[in-house]
Amino acid sequence: MEGKRAKTRFRSLHFLLLVIACYVIAWLYDSRLALDILGFSGGLLYKLIPALFLVFAIIFLSNLLIRPDWVGRHVGKDSGVKGWLVAIIGGILSVGPVYPWYALLKDLRAKGMRTALIAVFLYNRGIKLPLLPLMIHYFGLAYTIILALYLTIFSLLAGVIMERFGDDENTC
Amino acid sequence: MDPHPSWRQRDHLIRSINKTWAMLLEVLPLILGVILLTGLLLKLLPIKAAAGWFGSNDMLDAVIGALAGSISAGHPATSYVLGGELLSNGVSLVAVTAFLISWVTVGSIQLPAEALMLSWRFALLRNLVCFLFSIVIALLTVFTLAIID
Repeated sequence: MEGKRAKTRFRSLHFLLLVIACYVIAWLYDSRLALDILGFSGGLLYKLIPALFLVFAIIFLSNLLIRPDWVGRHVGKDSGVKGWLVAIIGGILSVGPVYPWYALLKDLRAKGMRTALIAVFLYNRGIKLPLLPLMIHYFGLAYTIILALYLTIFSLLAGVIMERFGDDENTC
Repeated sequence: MDPHPSWRQRDHLIRSINKTWAMLLEVLPLILGVILLTGLLLKLLPIKAAAGWFGSNDMLDAVIGALAGSISAGHPATSYVLGGELLSNGVSLVAVTAFLISWVTVGSIQLPAEALMLSWRFALLRNLVCFLFSIVIALLTVFTLAIID
């Protein structure tokens, strides 16, 4: 487990260094443009900070309160219909950018969360509850309801496909 | 009966803090990398020029819409505004719908982060499935809407 974690940490750093190298190239090409982009990215990071705090607070609480047997009952192999509902509602209610949620899902997966339910959770993040009024404003109420329903239905299909073919433990 | 329940609770609390800290160290460089990459791509790619990519054939428009949404990044509200503008500029609803869905379900920029956290196999297949579904759902949504109307 620690070896796997160190490997991921090394890859994360590698990725960050690669992106920084892109910025260095952009700076050599046009220093003002690079600084402009850096400022823009800083703004994106600033907006992300509250969501990051929220997600790491949830991860801490999940480490403190959630035991593998809870995961098994609610989103694990034996969670049944309840697991699918938890994944759908959790995905719709999850807020902020997706990157911090990957960390939580990785953690829950290590505790036994089903691959199908991870896919369902991520797919239902496509339904943005706080933005529904904006969508209704642009595209109408009927359109918004139909689209949300199709997204939910297809999330289940995506979950089934992902569990069959996207799980590293499964051979197909 | 445990003679030292508070010690066990304290140990569990410290273990939880350590686990969360380890996760933070693991994920933070990745999150920083993705944000820097997003900023770079949003500033360098001409997202608003997307309006010129659409034609008039529904199926082809859905594919182009899904492709455009897949490589775009940013707040979903931007996709609604952009989608609304595309629609008012004569782009078909199928194309705009595929664009909106793939914007929020396909994450080509987040792909490295998703792959490092949940495996490359999972990330690649999930994004492929989401891309294909965005086309199917776009066609179904517009078809259903036409029936209701």
